[in-house]
Amino acid sequence: MSTEIEIAGIVRRFGPHTVLNDVNLSVRPGELLALLGPSGSGKTTLLRLIAGLDQPDAGTISIDRADALGRKPKERGVGFVFQHYALFRHMTVFENIAFSLRIRKAAKPEVKARVEELLKLIQLETLAGRYPAQLSGGQRQRVALARALASQPRVLLLDEPFGALDAVVRRDLRRWLRQLHEEMNITTLFVTHDQEEAFDLADRVVIMNAGKICQEGTPIEIYRTPANAFVHEFLGESNVLPAAVRDGVVYADAGFVIGGAAAAADGKVTAYIRPHHVLPLASPSGAWRVLRIAATGSHARISLGLAELTIEAAMTADALLDSGLESDAAVDVSFSGGTVFDTDGTRPVKLLAARSIVTGPVQASLHV
Amino acid sequence: MAVRKILIAIALTFMTLFLVLPLIIVFSEALSAGIGTYFNALVDPNVADAIYLTLVIAAVAVPANLVFGIMASWCIAKFDFAGRNVLITLIDLPFSISPVIAGLLEVLLFGLNGLFGGWLSDHNIQIIFALPGMILATTFVTFPFVAREIIPLAQEQGNDEEEAAVTLGAGGLQIFFRVSLPKLRWGLFYGVLLCNARAMGEFGAVSVVSGKIFGQTDTLSLAVESLYESYEIQAAFAVASLLAGLALLTLVLKAGLEWRHRDEIHAVRRKRSS
Repeated sequence: MSTEIEIAGIVRRFGPHTVLNDVNLSVRPGELLALLGPSGSGKTTLLRLIAGLDQPDAGTISIDRADALGRKPKERGVGFVFQHYALFRHMTVFENIAFSLRIRKAAKPEVKARVEELLKLIQLETLAGRYPAQLSGGQRQRVALARALASQPRVLLLDEPFGALDAVVRRDLRRWLRQLHEEMNITTLFVTHDQEEAFDLADRVVIMNAGKICQEGTPIEIYRTPANAFVHEFLGESNVLPAAVRDGVVYADAGFVIGGAAAAADGKVTAYIRPHHVLPLASPSGAWRVLRIAATGSHARISLGLAELTIEAAMTADALLDSGLESDAAVDVSFSGGTVFDTDGTRPVKLLAARSIVTGPVQASLHV
Repeated sequence: MAVRKILIAIALTFMTLFLVLPLIIVFSEALSAGIGTYFNALVDPNVADAIYLTLVIAAVAVPANLVFGIMASWCIAKFDFAGRNVLITLIDLPFSISPVIAGLLEVLLFGLNGLFGGWLSDHNIQIIFALPGMILATTFVTFPFVAREIIPLAQEQGNDEEEAAVTLGAGGLQIFFRVSLPKLRWGLFYGVLLCNARAMGEFGAVSVVSGKIFGQTDTLSLAVESLYESYEIQAAFAVASLLAGLALLTLVLKAGLEWRHRDEIHAVRRKRSS
């Protein structure tokens, strides 16, 4: 039976800094959950609190409905994989993995059997006698994982598990970890600042910023309906356009219609639009200019200018070919999606596509 | 190329002149009157006493400094406290102070007319001109060897492995003996070797506090001096050859252990440099 974790009202301060500010989170049994956020958002601190490496100033953490804060790390049944692996440098791979079993005074044959089982799992049977320094980054990572799994923890915590690895190893290891999770079904939390990694690997993603949880949900939920401007910007490139709403129509301050937002109240807003939602269309009468086209393999980026404003569009290289766009061409621009936030970055409203019409300076009439 | 050859030649000449040549002279002088005389000089009761005294002093000073060194490095590497830098500076003090001054300070503290002299003599405790004083002086002078060797190591290695051990269920003592101590062991080993070599060879501080009572408070290095001064040149060199032998043994031990554990040392070093 898989383990659940309940985190309520957690506050952690380091001197004058509040690193975690009233964090509430339920981790469901057997799920693979990503804590995603920029550095300094408090995600690693939260992980350390769950493991018992640190104590909160307020709040509760329970593992399987039993209070965890009163218990020592070793009584919590938690396995932890550190960012830089923290392998015991003076021990061989075998002894590293065996550590928790030896601490628990497991019988020798039992230790041997378990370690060999784990070595097989991480596909490093032949390297049992090596020292950590003689391994590659990916191999160290797997040894760290095997070491954390040796005593069969109820919860697995990983701090930036792929942070120090190169792109190819990272992708392979990610798939391998996903597969491992499906086989073992152990409740797993991992910390990352890489949005792609979180979305690729996790069942559910929790976005943190400045010591608070901004949003939690499945990758698709979060990507489609970001709770605030921070989340939208953090999840990928955004064109940020100051704008105003009048009668459900969103007018950019630069003088064009972005689209419809029926649910938005009249007033100043900020529109966030992903590059792939920007659709340039070659048109001799277009008010926009193509400033630059950068083809990067399968995708192309197009910079579009309207007077002082520059926005970025993205499309597949094939679509670019079909569009017949070229540098300095005149184009019309429309937007197939986006989100409008209040100027303080809250209250998201989805944009409805509307063909952009250059309206001239409209904002003057909107200033109330 | 020429520069490299010249530099190597200079280094080799220097080594020969200041290290190899004296060593050869010590052994050739010691054996100049034949091997029988050489051993006779060493089994002389006074010399035997000096050997014994040297061993006793080292046997106390080295473990004491091992424990101090580990405690100091633990404090400095694991905690951030007020006075941490003062502590680091204080650890270096014995290096920067002349051993003779160190011995003198001890006399001023524990000597008959010293600060605690009255109280000590009332209670019939003799420190100066006796073994306790010599142990204290040696411990003071050799204090930095272990600490200096392992503090940078402990600082550089940080706390990660200890934290990993915590999450793997280890308690405080288990962490210390299975993780913290072993990962410092090469630093400790070099520190202890150097500390021991210096403890056995220490002259200045011990000379001041010993009173140089031949056959009673003579260590090996003091015996060399007193024999030399009483024109027993050959015996002086025989005793000196013991100290030289100790130095050679230290080197051989170090090289031997490094060779036996070359895989592990290499692995640890590479990790340190990466």
